[in-house]
Amino acid sequence: MPFKLQRREEHSAWMTLFSPLIAVALMLATGAALFASLGIDPVRGLTVYFLEPLQSAWSLQELVVKATPLILIGIGLSICYRANIWNIGAEGQFVAGALAGSYIPIMMVGWEGPLVFPAMIAAGMAGGALFALIPAALKVRFGANEILTSLLLVYVAQFFLDWLVRGPWRDPEGFNFPESRLFDSDAITPLIFEGGRMHIGFPVAVIIALLAAFYLTRTIHGFQIQVIGESPRAARFAGFSQNKMIFFAFAVSGALAGLAGIMEVAGPIGQLRPTISPGYGFTAIIVAFLGRLNPIGIVIAGFVLALSYLGGEAAQVTLGISDKIARVFQGLLLFYVLACDTFIVYTFRRVGAVREAS
Amino acid sequence: MKRIAKLLAGAAALAAVALAGSAFAASHGKTKIGFIYVGPIGDHGWSYQHNQGRLALEEAFGDKIETNYVENVSEGPDAERTIERLAREGYDMIFTTSFGFMNPTLKVAKKFPDIKFEHATGYKRADNVSTYSSRFYEGRYIIGQIAAKVSETGTAGYIASFPIPEVVRGINAFMLGAQSVNPDFKLKVVWVNTWFDPGKEADAAKALIDQGVDIITQHTDSPAPLQVAAERGIKGFGQASDMIRFAPEAQLTSIVDVWDAYYISRVQAVMDGTWESTDTWGGLDAKMVEMAPYTNLPENVAAEAAVTQESIRSGEFHPFTGPIYKQDGTLLVAEGDIVDDGTLLGMNFYVKGVDGELPN
Repeated sequence: MPFKLQRREEHSAWMTLFSPLIAVALMLATGAALFASLGIDPVRGLTVYFLEPLQSAWSLQELVVKATPLILIGIGLSICYRANIWNIGAEGQFVAGALAGSYIPIMMVGWEGPLVFPAMIAAGMAGGALFALIPAALKVRFGANEILTSLLLVYVAQFFLDWLVRGPWRDPEGFNFPESRLFDSDAITPLIFEGGRMHIGFPVAVIIALLAAFYLTRTIHGFQIQVIGESPRAARFAGFSQNKMIFFAFAVSGALAGLAGIMEVAGPIGQLRPTISPGYGFTAIIVAFLGRLNPIGIVIAGFVLALSYLGGEAAQVTLGISDKIARVFQGLLLFYVLACDTFIVYTFRRVGAVREAS
Repeated sequence: MKRIAKLLAGAAALAAVALAGSAFAASHGKTKIGFIYVGPIGDHGWSYQHNQGRLALEEAFGDKIETNYVENVSEGPDAERTIERLAREGYDMIFTTSFGFMNPTLKVAKKFPDIKFEHATGYKRADNVSTYSSRFYEGRYIIGQIAAKVSETGTAGYIASFPIPEVVRGINAFMLGAQSVNPDFKLKVVWVNTWFDPGKEADAAKALIDQGVDIITQHTDSPAPLQVAAERGIKGFGQASDMIRFAPEAQLTSIVDVWDAYYISRVQAVMDGTWESTDTWGGLDAKMVEMAPYTNLPENVAAEAAVTQESIRSGEFHPFTGPIYKQDGTLLVAEGDIVDDGTLLGMNFYVKGVDGELPN
């Protein structure tokens, strides 16, 4: 019996809101089946994976630490994606921001005081934004596909970091091991609780989410993004500049990725190392879509994805299953989100029935 | 009001669960030992051998201990959380088995002064953090000698991971061993910038063979280069574990990391209450480095390798005995002198005769 996807006349507002929840539910169901097939009690499996990390103050802090960069990057990406601009290179902008900000504690040793950290933040955001402007400029000037250029620049940033920590920025007292010196106390992202790892990045991310929500729904410029994204022709007639928007969206998302990068190296890591991100820039793409490209939704989605990482570790330690389980859950989630979204816009029709109707 | 009451009840329930969890962790009789691995235990190299050490612990202590591991832990900020997770779950002793875990290990150790930490290949210690590593270079000298004896082209290929002292030292030891047989021996080094990536490692091996090397050796963890050597009909050396089953015709020997004895002695010390922070750098004599059986070799070459092995083990001979010149021609140590451990630990230069430039 052949089926085809047919565009719906109307999108259900309810379903638009609930589709991520349905996706999460489907992921949990599939996960339960997966645990059962591994011979693990599904209830215990899901409890260890999704509830245990929420049961102590320490792991809640860790959840926040993990969610913060995902949220910051995700908000930036949502602005791009709403405008139909496909920045896939947030991972590289994260690294670029971390490098620009780290110049201060690594190369300006001896400068101390309360201005050090703000200067690092400014440098980090500028570094991320400038790095993101490369694919923007290539798109505007040469029409180069920004998906490819931004993605490939990720490798450029990563190799540049690798070269710096093995060469010029290597810790002179580190026996030639590839890492920078540890940052001084003035160059460390301030902690919220002494002894934990949760830093001011999280409140900053929440404030930025609120600002972004206001900007997208209550300002003309925010409205332009929507128009350019959904109807480029209409935007042109209205006199909105597509090119300006490309520069703007890349600069904002680059700055936010750079901010996440410098707060991560100055926070939980405390130095530069050959790898500083377990793929935050890519995971944030899932976060952006799971959060409906809505800043508040992204805060929630950031926690869901952070939980999938922490749960994967908990499952490995407690249940003795492979670390790949976290990737499986993340993959399932993205798959179901996209699948559910498809059904908001489309519906299944039997091909025969369509013919009769026409 | 109702809502607030509900919230409070929920918070109280959470707190109760958290308390119960920590009480449970504190009340155990067995010594709990955790391991953090940088790779998968199925790498058949570095992490695999550490896991063999963990299994040896279980065999030696049976019911008296409980062990667990976390594999594929990335060397970034996640490492600290993973280590702290084990610390919070009441582990008495935690082995962190990669260089990149150094600072995370120290940070967690500071918060948990009663837990003993053992960090492999690092150089920073604390009252509750020991370091340990092996003198793999002793084995590298032996395989360098073997390579120079069996190579027809007089050129070997070396697949290297990262330009850190550990790896550079291995390259130099290999070259010194080869030069002791053939002063004109050539060595081509390819840096793959990974510890474990079978695809990249295999590609590097193919590129080297295409350039005319007829011996392949590696400082990466998968058996892939050895398998390529076998396919192309040349010889090679295993790495970290005995890889003979992956290349029964091609492996000449392998430098095997053996952590069993060290792990058993350290766990015993914790159980006896005699554990102290130490720095261990053991080689053939401490049985931390062993050579897999010499195979696919002419009898005399195998016999001579065994002699070299014995003279290094007994301390009669040190692979870094002068005269040794750096690549730029300057004298490192004069005839009869031995390079000191400090220089070995921070080695960031090639010895004379190695082709190419050290990436910096």
